[in-house]
Amino acid sequence: MRFIALAAALAGVTAFGLAAVDARADTTLEIVKKRDKVICGANGGRPGFSGLDAKGEWQGIDAETCRAVAAAALGDSKKTQFVKVTSQTRFTALQTSEVDMLTANVTWTLSRDSSLGLDFAAPIFYDGQGLMVRKDLGVKSAKDLDGATVCVEPGSTSEKFVADIFRANGLKYTPVVIEDRKELNNAFFSGRCDVHVQSTSGLSSGRATAASNPDDYVILPEIYGKDPMGPVVRQGDAQWRDIVNWSVYAMMAAEEFGVTSKNVDEMKKSKDADIARLLGTSGQLGKSLGLDNEWAYRIIKQVGNYGEVFERTLGKGSPLKLERGINSQWKNGGLIYAPPFN
Amino acid sequence: MAPICISSAKPTHAPPRPPPQRTDSWSHWLRRNFFQNAGSAVMTALALWALFVTVPRLVRWAFVNAVWYTQDAADCHAAAGACWAIVPEKYRVMLFGTFPYEEHWRGVLVIAIVLGLSALSTIRRLWSYWLCVAWLVATAAVFTLLLGGVFGLRPIGTHEWGGLPLTLVMFVGTVVGGIPAGILLALGRRSKMPAISALCVGFIEIVRGLPLVTVLFMASLMFPLFMPEGVTIDKFLRAQIAMTLFFAAYAAEVVRGGLQAIPRGQYEAADTVGLNYWQKMTRIILPQVMRIVLPSMMNEIIRAFKNTTFVGIIGLFDVLRATSTAIQDPVWVRYSIEAYLFIFILYFVLCFAMSKYSERVERDLAVGR
Repeated sequence: MRFIALAAALAGVTAFGLAAVDARADTTLEIVKKRDKVICGANGGRPGFSGLDAKGEWQGIDAETCRAVAAAALGDSKKTQFVKVTSQTRFTALQTSEVDMLTANVTWTLSRDSSLGLDFAAPIFYDGQGLMVRKDLGVKSAKDLDGATVCVEPGSTSEKFVADIFRANGLKYTPVVIEDRKELNNAFFSGRCDVHVQSTSGLSSGRATAASNPDDYVILPEIYGKDPMGPVVRQGDAQWRDIVNWSVYAMMAAEEFGVTSKNVDEMKKSKDADIARLLGTSGQLGKSLGLDNEWAYRIIKQVGNYGEVFERTLGKGSPLKLERGINSQWKNGGLIYAPPFN
Repeated sequence: MAPICISSAKPTHAPPRPPPQRTDSWSHWLRRNFFQNAGSAVMTALALWALFVTVPRLVRWAFVNAVWYTQDAADCHAAAGACWAIVPEKYRVMLFGTFPYEEHWRGVLVIAIVLGLSALSTIRRLWSYWLCVAWLVATAAVFTLLLGGVFGLRPIGTHEWGGLPLTLVMFVGTVVGGIPAGILLALGRRSKMPAISALCVGFIEIVRGLPLVTVLFMASLMFPLFMPEGVTIDKFLRAQIAMTLFFAAYAAEVVRGGLQAIPRGQYEAADTVGLNYWQKMTRIILPQVMRIVLPSMMNEIIRAFKNTTFVGIIGLFDVLRATSTAIQDPVWVRYSIEAYLFIFILYFVLCFAMSKYSERVERDLAVGR
């Protein structure tokens, strides 16, 4: 008798719990609107991607992506909140709904996409692994590097790459493994190792900031692997994923059409059908995303187009001075390509 | 028959002893402390050589060639010495992290209140119930300042807290919550009620068997997985609770050591007078225990202060994490050592003050022993 009562009580509690979960099946957009804030997980320790400026505010292309989504979904790019995540905590933070999206330069790979219950949105930055050496070594290609000491971050993609490259070419090397990226740069530029292996963006920013004379170093022409990095959202919320995707594409399309944060108000009068649809003066594109029609206008007005954001955070307007390279518009031979706004 | 001489005294005067050596002369002091024998002389020579090699270089780096203030990192690049200019350039982010820039004055007030009241609390003449009242008022003030939302203060979420205010609030919260919890756990562990004792033993042993980082990871990553979807408990609060529980487990073992040091007679005497359990503990046993455990408790407290740096791992910007983030700025990243030295001095001053204070209380409490 007592057993039955206990079982009934347990069943009741379980049912109640399930009901409670059901009642909360809000979409991410609804949650975000109710909270009036978009919460993004960001790394916080990668200059140009995400980090704190002198006022303690988040800056970088990742932070700007988050602001663009806030501008689209909530009408104000300032309605963002950043949670610092590390490479160990970032996926859990997203899975547990602690953040609405990750803007933490996560590389898009099949295994991550399929096994983590996550969806990758449009990449905002394309990177690859490169090797950097001192110019006076006279090295022209990775094949000349037999017996080199290599500075490498443990557990990183670079560590795997360097092993693959040297094995493929039948060369020997001595790894110098240093955990901290800053220390790794110091070690290389103080001559602790011959070769620095990292993402090309990491190499050039390291060269621009940590080397006493940046011209003394060259990045070898071989670029290995693909590192497409973009925002990540939870799987199973197609609407939110669309919003994040198209917020990114809106910035890219704006650059392609020549719409900038400065001229966006004039562009609203433009007769060009593409621009009119992008800025919401014709068509109902915003509605189909669950937003209003001015969503893309606000992104461009408040955050800027892709080119502006890139130059401000990583390019000429930043201390990193990265070249656009493969992150140029497709018309200029790069990979930045927004699907049509139709 | 001649008398037998059984005295061993010599019939002559003993030779005069040399006058006592002067012990206040420089040469004597040097000889006694540094050149007592060959080994000591060699060590002295080695130490002198080491100082000779390092100190001038250090002084040149840290003072002579240092750049004390500039807004242009290129000046630092041109100089051969330390770039202390990174501290005036970045101190706001280092000390306040993500705390909103315009509201930093609130952070300053919080630091002033916590440090000021802590300093006042070290004066024994002021130990009274009023001090407790003052701490309660201060706690209210600190949370009002940090959270805002009343008196026209802009509301600030705990996710924006950072820097020294975060470190101090976390530390004070840990100690203030952890010591009573630790005492209860210690009493529970020695309790004769098996359920309570087993619970306390289990808790203490589990927590002590885990690294703090794991406990924090549990609190920040695993815990939300068990919560129903959409329900999140504030991250700062989770970290604070984890830190407090961790501290409590260690404090409990310290207190238990003290409880065991109290002679059985004290317990029996209290029982004989007819005191109940709580009267016995609060009036007879615990006051003696706290006196005994003070040095090791202070040790734990200082450690708890340094442990606050662990919250950086779960994404809260304590002073250390705020600093390491601030110096990622590509323009200044080269001068991270100077920034870390500044934080080193900050931690050292605070910890050293605590340790000195504990020494003084120990001396005061030992009066009459």
